[in-house]
Amino acid sequence: MELVCPAGTPAALRAAADAGADAIYCGFADETNARNFPGLNFSPEELSVSVAYAHERGAKVLVAINTFAQAGSTDLWTKAVDNAAACGADAIIAADIAVLDHAATRHPDVRLHLSVQAAANTPEAIRFYTETFGVRRVVLPRVFSVNEIAALNREIDVETEVFVFGGLCVMTEGRCSLSSYATGKSPNLTGVCSPPDHVDYAEDETGRMKARLGGFTIDCFERGEPAGYPTLCKGRFSAMGHSGYLFEDPVSLNAFELLEELAKAGVTALKIEGRQRGKAYIASVVSAFRKAVDGLSGGADASAAISALKAMSEGGQQTTGSYRKTWR
Amino acid sequence: MALIIVKNCTSEVGIGSEPESETPMQDLRSNLSLPPVVSTFVEPLPRSPIEALLSVFTRRLVARRPDLLRRLGAIVHVPIAIVPDDMPHAFLLSLNADNSRVSICEKSEIDDAEAVIRAPFLVLLGLLDGTYDGDALFFSRDLRIEGRTEYVLALRNTLEEANLTSGEFFGLTGVSARWVDDITRSLLAQARSLASLSADWGNTASGQRS
Repeated sequence: MELVCPAGTPAALRAAADAGADAIYCGFADETNARNFPGLNFSPEELSVSVAYAHERGAKVLVAINTFAQAGSTDLWTKAVDNAAACGADAIIAADIAVLDHAATRHPDVRLHLSVQAAANTPEAIRFYTETFGVRRVVLPRVFSVNEIAALNREIDVETEVFVFGGLCVMTEGRCSLSSYATGKSPNLTGVCSPPDHVDYAEDETGRMKARLGGFTIDCFERGEPAGYPTLCKGRFSAMGHSGYLFEDPVSLNAFELLEELAKAGVTALKIEGRQRGKAYIASVVSAFRKAVDGLSGGADASAAISALKAMSEGGQQTTGSYRKTWR
Repeated sequence: MALIIVKNCTSEVGIGSEPESETPMQDLRSNLSLPPVVSTFVEPLPRSPIEALLSVFTRRLVARRPDLLRRLGAIVHVPIAIVPDDMPHAFLLSLNADNSRVSICEKSEIDDAEAVIRAPFLVLLGLLDGTYDGDALFFSRDLRIEGRTEYVLALRNTLEEANLTSGEFFGLTGVSARWVDDITRSLLAQARSLASLSADWGNTASGQRS
């Protein structure tokens, strides 16, 4: 299986390539990608140099242009597709049908991957994208069990890619507007969930930290208590007399123990989340999962390297997410 | 289902239930804080020459790497306070194309800062050279931020791209850069071991007292 790794900066891309990534995904520094954070992402010039670096090391570069183009103003998205193709990208990851159409029409030689943002989770939806735009790979939404992925793969004739490590959404990728209720911005349109200019933290003298989004306090962490990202889906709320994480705990995905099952389910590629993370995260997670994937075909045991990744996880907690739907 | 989101909460309403944590994360703060004697030793050092040196090397770095200013975006000209928990002073950092500046001040004199970054000194150095991941440090509460979060993110992401080894900061290249980097890496490793030993000793001593 192919190991697909994140990069938010050229330095992170080099770290991923050096750590053994088969493919690296990244995006431009604008609203066309779903990790549009300050100081992050690539200029076309940086992408061009980075593609050359990755190719020299046998890694592919996949460019995420995976937000939804704004009505009447699609130039930014079509230009991003043209730039990615000009930089030598091996594939474009997109969700919007206008972006997919532009890429398929103008750059038929560049592979198209369907972003998780498209939330395509039925054979019919996936067939629409493959037959209409020639999509070669589908990044599956994080809603399936392993058995469901196996069943889906039997019904479709396209590569599938699944997340195996990193941050989790509340499984409505591409359809979540929670962030926009508090800030006016969303990952789907502007590429930011909980935009940092709407986030602030305040710690009192006891070490208790309040996390606020758009002026709303969405969580409080006692001194020394592990923290999570300031997203509404991971806020703590009161409802019907109960206080707690109603949507989702601050927790990260780790599907290491399921890699063999995912291979048997027909999965082509394993994706690591975290374009917003630093080189230290990239290097340790990519090298650990490189070892884990190689271990499937007789390589060394990766258990120790994978265990060490817990410190990288949101809230210090890990889950196999929907792959094992223990709540059913 | 009715949800209560508390705006600018001052009470426990709606917040504060225990998370369903499996295992607490390693508390780096206790392991990487320098022993208090270091702060005592550093306090009387003259600030002006250190400020001047840091400012000169920062200006040279910015001049060599204009890509970093582009990456910083709106943070240019914005004062950011960097507050090492285990040092007596704070640093005020202001980056721009013509007059980047690093000032050393009392921790109580950072009101002008638009954003504040707090962590043990060795953790901050580890963020500079990419040894540590900023998000992981935030999750473990070893890194705390206040003020304009977007400025902190822009600075963090720019530093990630800067690959700021000591050789790079001092403008060295080739063999001399590698030589300085090797020495710095060795010194930092020893400092981290010392901090860890000091923390272990402190924990043992407090355990014996209790």
